[in-house]
Amino acid sequence: MATKTTGKLIAKLSAGAVVMFLFAMFVMPPLYDVFCEVTGLGGKTGDRYVATDATIDESRTIRVQFVATNNGEMPWDFGPTVHEVRVHPGEPTPVTFFARNPTDMDMVAQAVPSVSPANAARHFLKTECFCFNQQPLAAGAETEMPVVFIVDRDLPRAVNTITLSYTLFDITAHSENVASLSN
Amino acid sequence: MAHGPAKGIGRWLFTTNHKDIGSMYLWFSFSMFIVGGFFAMLIRAELFSPGLQMMRPEFFNQLTTMHGLVMIFGAIMPAFVGLANWMIPLQIGAPDMALPRMNNLSFWILPVAFVILMSTMFMEGGGPNFGWTFYPPLSTTYAPDSVNYFIFALHIMGASSIMGAINIIATVLNMRAPGMTMMKMPMFVWTWLITAFLLVAVMPVLAGAVTMVLMDVNFGTSFFDAAGGGDPILFQHVFWFFGHPEVYIIILPAFGVISAIIPTFSRKPLFGYSSMVYATAAIAFLSFIVWAHHMFTVGMPLTGELYFMYATMLIAVPTGVKVFNWVATMFRGAITFETPMLFAIAFIILFTIGGFTGVMVAMAPADIQYHDTYFVIAHFHYVMVAGAVFSGTGAVYYWLPKWCGRMYDETMGKLQFWLAFIGFNITFFPQHFLGLAGMPRRYADYSLQFADWNMVSSIGSFIYGAAQILLLYNVIATIVAGKRVTEPKTWEGAEGLEWTVPTPAPYHTFSTPPEVK
Repeated sequence: MATKTTGKLIAKLSAGAVVMFLFAMFVMPPLYDVFCEVTGLGGKTGDRYVATDATIDESRTIRVQFVATNNGEMPWDFGPTVHEVRVHPGEPTPVTFFARNPTDMDMVAQAVPSVSPANAARHFLKTECFCFNQQPLAAGAETEMPVVFIVDRDLPRAVNTITLSYTLFDITAHSENVASLSN
Repeated sequence: MAHGPAKGIGRWLFTTNHKDIGSMYLWFSFSMFIVGGFFAMLIRAELFSPGLQMMRPEFFNQLTTMHGLVMIFGAIMPAFVGLANWMIPLQIGAPDMALPRMNNLSFWILPVAFVILMSTMFMEGGGPNFGWTFYPPLSTTYAPDSVNYFIFALHIMGASSIMGAINIIATVLNMRAPGMTMMKMPMFVWTWLITAFLLVAVMPVLAGAVTMVLMDVNFGTSFFDAAGGGDPILFQHVFWFFGHPEVYIIILPAFGVISAIIPTFSRKPLFGYSSMVYATAAIAFLSFIVWAHHMFTVGMPLTGELYFMYATMLIAVPTGVKVFNWVATMFRGAITFETPMLFAIAFIILFTIGGFTGVMVAMAPADIQYHDTYFVIAHFHYVMVAGAVFSGTGAVYYWLPKWCGRMYDETMGKLQFWLAFIGFNITFFPQHFLGLAGMPRRYADYSLQFADWNMVSSIGSFIYGAAQILLLYNVIATIVAGKRVTEPKTWEGAEGLEWTVPTPAPYHTFSTPPEVK
């Protein structure tokens, strides 16, 4: 039996298995994020956008609708102050969302945005958003949270309505921000 | 090499003999098959009529989860590893597997994994209840505490499979008898070689998926948690990147068995041998690029749906090549219908039905209706049970005389076949109707309009369950009191190296390599 070649073969196969494990753990998740950002899959929007060009395309008007959902057992009152705005592409538009913590506990929330349709996700740019940070709220407190967005002028012609949805997660258990509230 | 097996329990604990390890794999797999089957019987008993009769829904969820895990990782996969251990050295003229000690290890960690997995059912909070696919957040945020044991067990099973696969690749590539070129290898060896490569490629991906779940549960990471910037859909992509090749890991060795049985009882060589090899390789390749067809309803872009739909339908081509080759092998053959042949023919018919429903669920627009209904259950039981299990049962009847030097009782074998065939179809054919009518999977209860077919299905499942007890009886009766056979060629139409060694196969075979012309 060719033990030497067998040893080499086993080494190669084992290395292959390790590579596939590392691929699943450390390549697939970031790769998926990049893929989502490029294609707008899952309505994923980008990070903070710095406006560079102030030209406004007055010829188009886009309806932007706002949806707010509480994840799981999240008890906060949470919603948009206006449910719908009409904007021109290129025009920075400020809107606000309200949140109230009706419980008697200090809590921390994280909002996760999603844009529909998916092919608009890449063209929905946020220069300011409460979703960029965690939102601590003391027991019984309420707040208004700002979003400033620009609909990109390259938005596909077929898109006339964009829905921006926020899902609010209770991350009190995972967050250090609770402590800062009591100070 | 005159010495035989060691005496006592030590023979089994420390054995490095491929036949002993193969037998242990087969017995272990059968015991898991009985356990998983018992879970299935409980599931069908609960679903016999609407309403909750026997158990809480939480326990029902544990049953469906454990049924899937035990059948896939405990029954089907070890069954084919057992057959590989027994038959690959015999079919390529090797004295043993390339790595006999690792072979022992990869078997003995399996029972450990399953003891751990089963023990979760007795823990506080119960065993895994999130389905065998363990999608987050069911397996993270809402999981019972026992999820860590489930993950550990899955890691061990993965390690066992990877070691087994490496062993098979090393054996097939390095230990063939002189003259046994790659394109002279029996189809069973070919299908296992390709399966082993699939295992090495995707079992680590499963390990990665469960590790990420473990970290999300215990170490505060957010791979699959949207609140922390992760995405639960990512899990489905990672899981099915493992999961789709996994279904071919299960079915390819079954194809190999059928490719051995059909020529023997048709008394003709396998039709289109080389096209069979290429079709197997093509199926294995395609299995890596179609995974998202399990996820048509998660909200994919249209281009994604279209791509995964067409790529999936493409698999029907090499699979069709195989089915037509088997039929062409039988065409104008001098066919006799011994029990293994009956199982092989039933395999072709039922697997083809499962393949057709596979093309149906591959169509994205239609799948939006079929998704997560009993139609899918019917589909994958037609390919997994009538495919892998029928093929495995046929293989046992086919090679049992060679293994133990005794012939099974043909009447009892045929009785078992017909019981299994009829029971299987009564169980799963009505589930197509239930699924099309909209009955969702993984619930302990259902609406009244589904009552009739569920009762039929449950009755069928009890028949099918009884057939497996008969299989156990047949195997034991054969080993203990079957008619002795001594001619090396137990079947007159059989071809190949395994039929040149004495019957029953001695403890050591091919100590000097045979010459293959």
